[in-house]
Amino acid sequence: METKLDRRSFLRVTGTALGIGALYSVFPTLTRSAGAGAEGITRTLAELNGEAPAPFSFIQLSDTHVGFNGPPDPLGTKAFENAVATINGLKHRPDLVIVTGDLTHDADSPDEHAKRFKLFKEISGKIGRGAQIKVVPGENDAALDGGDMFRQFMGPTHYSFDHRGVHFIALDNVSAGRPAVGAEQLAWMKSDLARFPKTAPIIVFTHRPLFDLKPEWEWFTSDGDDVMNALAPYENVTVLYGHIHRENFHQAGTTKMYAARSLIFAFPDPVTAPAKKPAPFDKAQPFKNLGIRRINGNARGGDLQIEEVELATAEYSGTVGMDQMLKHGSNDAKDE
Amino acid sequence: MKTSIIKNKIVTAALLAGACAIAIATVAPKTRVASADVNPANPKVIEITAEKFDFTPNEITLKKGEPVILRVTSADRVHGFMSKPLKFDTDIAVGKTTDITVTPDAAGDYTVICDHYCGTGHGSMKMNVTVVE
Repeated sequence: METKLDRRSFLRVTGTALGIGALYSVFPTLTRSAGAGAEGITRTLAELNGEAPAPFSFIQLSDTHVGFNGPPDPLGTKAFENAVATINGLKHRPDLVIVTGDLTHDADSPDEHAKRFKLFKEISGKIGRGAQIKVVPGENDAALDGGDMFRQFMGPTHYSFDHRGVHFIALDNVSAGRPAVGAEQLAWMKSDLARFPKTAPIIVFTHRPLFDLKPEWEWFTSDGDDVMNALAPYENVTVLYGHIHRENFHQAGTTKMYAARSLIFAFPDPVTAPAKKPAPFDKAQPFKNLGIRRINGNARGGDLQIEEVELATAEYSGTVGMDQMLKHGSNDAKDE
Repeated sequence: MKTSIIKNKIVTAALLAGACAIAIATVAPKTRVASADVNPANPKVIEITAEKFDFTPNEITLKKGEPVILRVTSADRVHGFMSKPLKFDTDIAVGKTTDITVTPDAAGDYTVICDHYCGTGHGSMKMNVTVVE
């Protein structure tokens, strides 16, 4: 028997990729609301996913660029380390953290690049209580070697998994060298999705935007329309991405797409800025524009409660603290 | 705007050597080429070389409605050559030449970027195209 479901009663992915990361609260309202249909869908998804949807939260981090160390931001991995500490300080720690690419900053030397991957794993490994960490590559990680080193250190560049009843798809739109997903991966994604009903909760995470946000800044995916067309029949799709080092929200049909800030420096507003130049480092506010936004939904799908969580800078306050922060070498500082 | 791309036409070693010689002039100074006196039946050819992390020339001027062939080669590795408003997006491989026929239909300033990641300076690899009436 086909179970029909009102979208409003199905799932709410509440969240927006802001701050140094974003805490997403997933509220499958059917688990809280009464109704035989809701129970039926819960059972259906439990059979499909092996796990029925349940409320949960997760974190998105993006563009940690481990190895980047110089103008405009001389702080190296400090914001990343601070983000990890912030996550570990949450009262209710998430059991899932996704990272949407550019884990490392590219390096000419493979040995140096390998060191950067090791450092990324060392820092991210401090996220406590056994949280799963799921990653996709950015062009800095995987575009020069087709993703070989990324696979060596982090695993496959695209894959899918189920988490608490939500289907996650990690999409690689960088390792071809070009901003593209490619026919082979697209076919895999379609096949992966085929077993799900059109109402299934799906979260796609990738590095570049899947739409033409600002092509002349390389903020696009050349076959993004093909990906979106494949996702279009599904009613509950959220896309999380990075690459643009700033917040952004875009909706295509019922699919909502959120970009996260980076953990290294911000890029300007693509609508008003004449060029893609990193925001200058502000010594007085070293983590300006960085922080966690915590989003809490409610079971009835009412107004969202949004709470900004700034990165603490107390430990670096004063001249001594700033000098400590600025004691990094300087190397390849580029605009991305 | 009509655009056609003839990919990967193999050139002779002599032509390639010529392209590499052009590409030796690398960083920063602006190099300009303008199209003029074009016969639509025999479009003017503008030769462009891609090399980390520049296009040479990095500024060209075209006339609205007049076809021109952008003949692009790479001196070092694969690069991209992309402009959404001018309607081309292709890879430029070493040892081959790519002809892109463009007939701009609107005056304005356009940016062509390398959209095949080529290293840490990749983000600054671009060329300006001015289309005049």
